[in-house]
Amino acid sequence: MINIFEVNETNKMIQQENLDVRTITMGISLLDCASSNLEEVNNNIYNKITTVARDLVSTGQDIEKEFGIPIIHKRISITPISLIGASACKTSEDYVTIAKTLDRAAKAVGVNFIGGYSALVSKGMTKSDELLIRSIPQALACTDLICSSVNIGSTKTGINMDAVKLMGEIILETAECTKDINSIGCAKLVVLCNAPDDNPFMAGAFHGVTEADVIINVGVSGPGVVKHALEQVRGQNFEVLCETIKKTAFKITRVGQLVAQEASRRLGVPFGIIDLSLAPTPAIGDSVAEILEEMGLERVGAPGTTAALALLNDQVKKGGVMASSYVGGLSGAFIPVSEDQGMIDAVRLGALTIEKLEAMTCVCSVGLDMIAIPGDTPASTISGIIADEAAIGMINQKTTAVRLIPVIGKGVGDTVEFGGLLGYAPVMTVNPFDCSVFVNRGGRIPAPIHSFKN
Amino acid sequence: MKKTIITVVGNDTVGIIAKVCTYLAETQINILDISQTIVQDYFNMMMVVDTSNANKKFDVISNDLDGLGKEIGVVIMCQREEIFSKMHRI
Repeated sequence: MINIFEVNETNKMIQQENLDVRTITMGISLLDCASSNLEEVNNNIYNKITTVARDLVSTGQDIEKEFGIPIIHKRISITPISLIGASACKTSEDYVTIAKTLDRAAKAVGVNFIGGYSALVSKGMTKSDELLIRSIPQALACTDLICSSVNIGSTKTGINMDAVKLMGEIILETAECTKDINSIGCAKLVVLCNAPDDNPFMAGAFHGVTEADVIINVGVSGPGVVKHALEQVRGQNFEVLCETIKKTAFKITRVGQLVAQEASRRLGVPFGIIDLSLAPTPAIGDSVAEILEEMGLERVGAPGTTAALALLNDQVKKGGVMASSYVGGLSGAFIPVSEDQGMIDAVRLGALTIEKLEAMTCVCSVGLDMIAIPGDTPASTISGIIADEAAIGMINQKTTAVRLIPVIGKGVGDTVEFGGLLGYAPVMTVNPFDCSVFVNRGGRIPAPIHSFKN
Repeated sequence: MKKTIITVVGNDTVGIIAKVCTYLAETQINILDISQTIVQDYFNMMMVVDTSNANKKFDVISNDLDGLGKEIGVVIMCQREEIFSKMHRI
């Protein structure tokens, strides 16, 4: 039988070390909502979401209460909308009506975010993909809960550089459309390479076409728990360090597995995957950067940071894999700047730069995340940064992403507040040299040689 | 059987166990095991109880115990056993 010390350990993790389940994300296929009539598409989407996800939030709250574990967000991911609206939407404005419907449906069921205002264009763009992408700035400006993502490359297909070029412009336009609220639209827009179909985390969540009709995916969290465990093994060797991370990751993931199974059973929806990512929040003591510093770095960004992060990421996976029957999504450590107090401090002190963050993304999930950059950054430079990240993902067969926020009217040294889980960020320096001739070439970068495995 | 873990943490005072047990008896909750220790001068008790015949719903019991804890000046939590067994047992 469980003893008092084990009970105390679990409750201490929850109460003092910020252990929580970050999100229960219900994936919903909207493929059966497609029609050539726009009004019908909108009605179908609203009806399906509000029917299928009706009990999602209340079920999440019941589980929170019964197990005493906070579940921070309840979210929905949907089939990429460029597919659902392809027949009905003749203009970008048509797509915006779907965005408004999604926002309305999300509010009706009470979820925190809905992700999947997306297009998958890793090899080429259809007319409808392009219309959706061009509608993103307006869609994000006139809705509250929508998250948008665009997959512009993969190991199998190479990188669609036309889409990369376009996304640089779209990100700037989104910033402009939401400039009154610190360009926050860009915090809900991510550009991906090798996007997974079952990711429960925003802004990149969508419900892939390979998925079942409805599914439950869960994202756990708990950087604070790992940090606390590492405090107990200060000065000990790497074997002890790695074992400690693995054991802690196992415990954290087991909570996610329990919540996922309960949610799946109560909602009568199959369980998809647990995402093993360590997701930080701006709260003190809930930081991935602090874990790296606890390992022995003066500040995150110092030499040794990439190795420390690689080690952390790998041990979290090794511990987590055994704790869950199905693992998927992004599964790694997140390093968003604005959502992690340790990262914010490191940027302010000059310890952490975009270039170092880029190196870090080679060994962890996911990419350059929640980074505020000057509002006058040229679109081609943003495209260049996207291309760099996509190349890392393509060559290393991993997911990479870019979520940059060019804050209109702000420059290096300013601080921008996004609020809630999105946190706040110091505006970071971007390399001033030009890459527009490269970005403007047009076409696509071919798939790498090691992708030909058949 | 629906096993639930009740934990009570706070400053030691007269009648904590009595008050909690009285509430459990009134609610038709059977106590399976009690362990108690003092950690850093704090009263620390864990009860394993069976709530399958309880005459109130789980969230009501949880809120009632929370209120009772505030009356006594301790923190009482009520959680389903699985969160602990999943984490600490393979």
